[in-house]
This record gives sequence, structure tokens and C-alpha cells, in this order.
Amino acid sequence: MILLKAGYLDEQFIQLEELQDEANPSFVQEIVTLFYTDSARLVQNIEQALNGRPIDFSKLDDYMHQFKGSCSSIGAKKVTNECSVFREYCNAENAEGCIRTFQQIKQEYATLRRKLEAYFQILRQAAGA
Amino acid sequence: MAVAGEVLLSGSQELHVLAVDDSHVDRKVIEKLLRISSCKVTAVESGSRALQFLGLDGEEGSLGFNGLKVNLIITDYSMPGMTGYELLRKIKQSSAFREIPVVIMSSENILTRIDRCLEEGAEEFLVKPVKLSDVKRLKDCIMRGETEENRGRRFYKRKFEDDSSPPSSESSTPSSPSSPLPLPPLSAAPFACDLVATSEILSSPHSSKRAKLCNSD
Repeated sequence: MILLKAGYLDEQFIQLEELQDEANPSFVQEIVTLFYTDSARLVQNIEQALNGRPIDFSKLDDYMHQFKGSCSSIGAKKVTNECSVFREYCNAENAEGCIRTFQQIKQEYATLRRKLEAYFQILRQAAGA
Repeated sequence: MAVAGEVLLSGSQELHVLAVDDSHVDRKVIEKLLRISSCKVTAVESGSRALQFLGLDGEEGSLGFNGLKVNLIITDYSMPGMTGYELLRKIKQSSAFREIPVVIMSSENILTRIDRCLEEGAEEFLVKPVKLSDVKRLKDCIMRGETEENRGRRFYKRKFEDDSSPPSSESSTPSSPSSPLPLPPLSAAPFACDLVATSEILSSPHSSKRAKLCNSD
């Protein structure tokens, strides 16, 4: 699966696909949708926390911990990795590092969303045809 | 009349699992993992909700409001309000529910955290993301624990270990083999397997990322 090869997703995503069955044929899509809906709030919180002066690094770490957990649960490998980098900057209280990394995170997060949407589209077409 | 506290399987042999996680995504995933493993699932978002469900929030009743006995509790560690560890403690402190096995899940693989949870009576500590194989192994372990009366075996093993340990090691009471040892509550961890997990953890601090509960592989 090309998203796996390109490093966007990891084995956890495959695990989720394996849980899908006839009774619940769009399980993975539902989880992904839930992930994006749910994490939007966290992304906003992180954004706000980064704009605070002074920055509350402990709160930031809290939000990021939650966000990273969700990313890892759906197998979003690249995003999860960036989150780890972020947390390191956070622990070091490096505001610039956090801000820069967060830009990266948002990009990967958006890219993944697009790719997954395309992926599900293809699956739907294949199922329909 | 200890029936309420005993973890008995219903005739249908289906485990009823109470899953606790503040993350909506994780709740949905664990629910699916459990359902696919033929377990009944009740998923709640917090420790306090879990206690409410069990009827431990100060109100009477111990079977959960839908009358189903809970055979296993699986909870996230880091949750706002009440952590999974605190929930674990409350459950182990309750006479009605201390026999229910509690499994902790965490995205962080911290040895001291794992130790703390196991010491407090957790059956197992799973590192997230939880896999289907984790759930299956867990289920097998519990089913086996129920049916093989491991309680009796474990009781014996614990007692033997306590007898052979030097008197100064743990308690301050003078050694006297004939005096009744303060027996660990059978309910703390009614499966033979958990002793293996503890000793493995202690002997290999840098190894496996989860407490390998059953030597069943």
C-alpha cells in the first residue's frame, strides 16, 4: 500500500483495516473522520497555546501528548514523528522550535488527510465498480 | 456471600469488558478490538464514569446499571481528572470489585509507571497502540484464569515464596513460620500468569515494551 511505503502510515493503519468486516465496512474511514474531527480541537488549542505570552509549555505538552496519541492510534506515522520532535522542543522550552515544528505538523496532517481522502475514494470506486 | 465480588463468567462465556479512555478515537478502536474478540463492551470516557457504571460512586448496587457483570476493566493511564492508576487503586480498594482484573494502557513506555501499576494490582500494562493480538492474548489469559482455578495455585506459590524469603525483607514482624502470614488478597491478581510478568519486568528492565502476562505463546 503506497501510503505505507511512502511512510505516511504505519502498521497500525493496517491493523485497523484488518478490523474492518462486512458488518462494518467503513470502519477505517469512520475512525479517520473521527480523528480529524476530534483533533481539530486539539490543533486549535495548541495554536492558541503557542500564541500565549509567555508560552505555557506544560499545557502545550499536555495537548500535544493527546494529539500524538490520536495520531499514533490511526497509524499516522509522519505526523506522530513530528509530534515527538515537538515534544522535545517543548521539554526544552524552545518556543521557536515548537512553532517551526508545529508548522511542519500541520502540513503533514493536511497532506495525510488529502491522501486518505483520495485513498477512500479509490476504495469506494473499486467497491462500486 | 461473596458472589458479588467474584469474577464469574456467565453461561455464554462472553467477557464483559469496561473500557475507559478519554480519547474518542482510542475508545472506538478498543471497542472494535474487543467486539471482534467476542467480548461485550461498555466504553466510557473517564474514571469517574467508570466508577459510576460500577456503582462505586457512593451509590448502592454493584452490577452496573444494565445488570451485566464486568469481567475485565481496561483503562488508559493518562486521563484528565482521574488517571488510570487512580481508577485502578479505587477498584482494588473496593471489596466488591477488587477481583476484577484491571489492565492499563499507555502510549508511554515508562518502567516506573509499569511497576507502579503492576504493584497496585494491575493484571497487565499494554503500550499503545493496542493491537488485536494484545486483546486476544488478554482474553485467553482471563478465560484460562477463570476456568483453571489458578487462584488455588497462585495462592500456594505466593505463600511458598513468602516462606522462603528472609524475614527482614518485607514485613517487620518477627519470622515465625508457624504464624499465619498476612495473606495477599486472592483478588489482587487471581491468575498464575501475573507473577511471571512481575519477575520478567524486574529482571529485564530494558526489554519488552509490555508486561508479558501469559507465557502462552
